[in-house]
Amino acid sequence: MSTGAGNSIADERIKTEPLLSRLMKRPELGAIAGVILVTLFFLITADSSMFTLSGILNFLSPAAQLGILAIAAALLMIGGEFDLSIGSMVAFAGMIFGACVVNADLPLIVAIPLTLAFAALIGMANGLVVLRTGLPSFIVTLAGLFMLRGLSLVGLKWLTDGSTQLRGIREAVADDLLTPLFAGDAFGGLFRWAAANGYLDTFPNGDPTVPGVPVEILWFLGLAALATWVLLRTPAGNWIFAAGGDANAAANSGVPVRRVKITLFMVTAACAALLAIMQVIDAGSTDARRGFQKEFEAIIAAVIGGCLLTGGYGSAIGAFFGSIIFGMVVIGLTYTGFDQDWFQVFLGAMLLLAVIFNNAIRKRVTGER
Amino acid sequence: MSDPIIQLDNIEKHFGNVIALNGVSFDVRAGECHCLLGDNGAGKSTFIKTMSGVHQPTRGSITFEGKPMSFGSTREAMEAGIATVFQDLAMIPLMSVARNFFMGREPVKGWGPFRRFDVDHANAVTMAEMKKMGINLRGADQAVGTLSGGERQTVAIARAVHFGAKVLILDEPTSALGVRQTSNVLATIDKVRKAGVGVVFISHNVRHAMAVGDRFTVLNRGKTLGTAKRGEITAEQLQDLMAGGQELAQLESTLGGTV
Ligand SMILES: Nc1ncnc2c1ncn2[C@@H]1O[C@H](COP(=O)(O)OP(=O)(O)OP(=O)(O)O)[C@@H](O)[C@H]1O
Ligand SMILES: [Mg+2]
Repeated sequence: MSTGAGNSIADERIKTEPLLSRLMKRPELGAIAGVILVTLFFLITADSSMFTLSGILNFLSPAAQLGILAIAAALLMIGGEFDLSIGSMVAFAGMIFGACVVNADLPLIVAIPLTLAFAALIGMANGLVVLRTGLPSFIVTLAGLFMLRGLSLVGLKWLTDGSTQLRGIREAVADDLLTPLFAGDAFGGLFRWAAANGYLDTFPNGDPTVPGVPVEILWFLGLAALATWVLLRTPAGNWIFAAGGDANAAANSGVPVRRVKITLFMVTAACAALLAIMQVIDAGSTDARRGFQKEFEAIIAAVIGGCLLTGGYGSAIGAFFGSIIFGMVVIGLTYTGFDQDWFQVFLGAMLLLAVIFNNAIRKRVTGER
Repeated sequence: MSDPIIQLDNIEKHFGNVIALNGVSFDVRAGECHCLLGDNGAGKSTFIKTMSGVHQPTRGSITFEGKPMSFGSTREAMEAGIATVFQDLAMIPLMSVARNFFMGREPVKGWGPFRRFDVDHANAVTMAEMKKMGINLRGADQAVGTLSGGERQTVAIARAVHFGAKVLILDEPTSALGVRQTSNVLATIDKVRKAGVGVVFISHNVRHAMAVGDRFTVLNRGKTLGTAKRGEITAEQLQDLMAGGQELAQLESTLGGTV
């Protein structure tokens, strides 16, 4: 290999680019800066217990739950589409899952793949409608938002003879070998060992105050790493960027745009179902309000993470940090003297800042004048 | 003379009530450059898009290497060895030059779940191919949106040349190019033709067409006016044919279909 990426021949028409300006071109920069700012804010205003191990796990847990949706939403946005139905999909998939384990008495090894497959099928239907009609996915999935929410209500009443809550899930899955993969805490043994050796705080009875790492955090980390790998280091990642950047140009260059977009819709719906499974096992029941407005939070986290609304640009790492900002603020406010309801104000302000920032970045990248 | 690599017979293409192509026949042989000429809106781009799988013809047949063929997508046409520089270039401004260069045909390395996009290889090839075309890129990771119009066109040409194993289609590839880059492109056409590739070259510039063309086909209002071999037609005649579409439609009978 003679000439690599950066080491092009010295050109008198190029100024050397300072590190900061090169960093400015990374899509996730805004989100990382946001995490730092929010951390500083809470270091000053919040009770110091927020940044102890238990405090950190405390805000990472909701961050992880949102992140599972946000990372998938980010991939879909980079691919040039939206899915507004993922919040309702959490409720709908929760109902399907509940029906599988309670009403049909299926073991998790069957119920989980069935729920994921069912969700993916609905995602595929979303994708097919969007591609067939050429309508904006925004409007098609807005219809899905209402239909799935309504179906969850109707379905739950039908399953439970009139209630909108399906109970008995905890009992149904309690002895299942797969349950610890989707709910509870991981590394319990390690934490007990650390507590016994004095590395962790303990309750008077000797148990550690932090029983382990909530499993959703591990899923969150794993998904972020996987999505980043796919985006930046596989042909499929290149196709996602291309399909979102200009679907026509991508198709003319041989990118299977339809397949890419439909797969992304399926992955997004499946991620919503995965979150539903984890939440439902954890809560032991499911109801029709589950996942309410999560689609907006996920899209906001993806936008804070650098995704452009027009597609073709963004990162999974960005959505990862965007979700962490979310979790920090939701939980962090309870450690401060501020009214909890500042959360909404903060959310809007963060979104506005992120869009303005992203727009500027895009201009830098494309050299727009 | 050798058999055509790709032959299109009586191609018709309708868009709703617009008849863009109304019975065009055309073929390309290995090692020749077949120029496709005609006025704006004559149907040249539409025609080459049916050749490269973007459009499926409303009527007519395509024969590729002696077998009937219908490309369902550009991907299928590419896999058959047909590469195209589209008039709109088909580039993604937000993506890097190297990612655009290999879009849809990414080189991979590694095995099983670790099979991955070989970014270093893609960058190196892109830089080398662009240098061959007379453009020194700042870096292969530069976004295409920051390139000049001509640089962008050169990336598209270099990409098609790199992947056009059997047929190379160029839709007005020199419209934005400087003198040096244009002669580079014409030299490249000559080179790939000598290597046995069939080239389809669309241009409004008669000098460029005469410089490399072996045969010349003129389209007018969705129909073929005729095909001439190199030496059978002068630059002036070709110019007249291309420019005066309307009057020439009447003149055609007196020319007796020789052009
Ligand atoms: N997708 C489409 N829908 C409707 N009409 C179309 C479509 N594509 C092309 N046409 C029409 O077909 C005709 C031929 O267009 P085409 O782009 O092939 O011309 P061209 O010969 O390439 O012209 P130019 O030299 O300007 O590039 C035009 O009248 C155009 O309006
Ligand atoms: Mg054209």
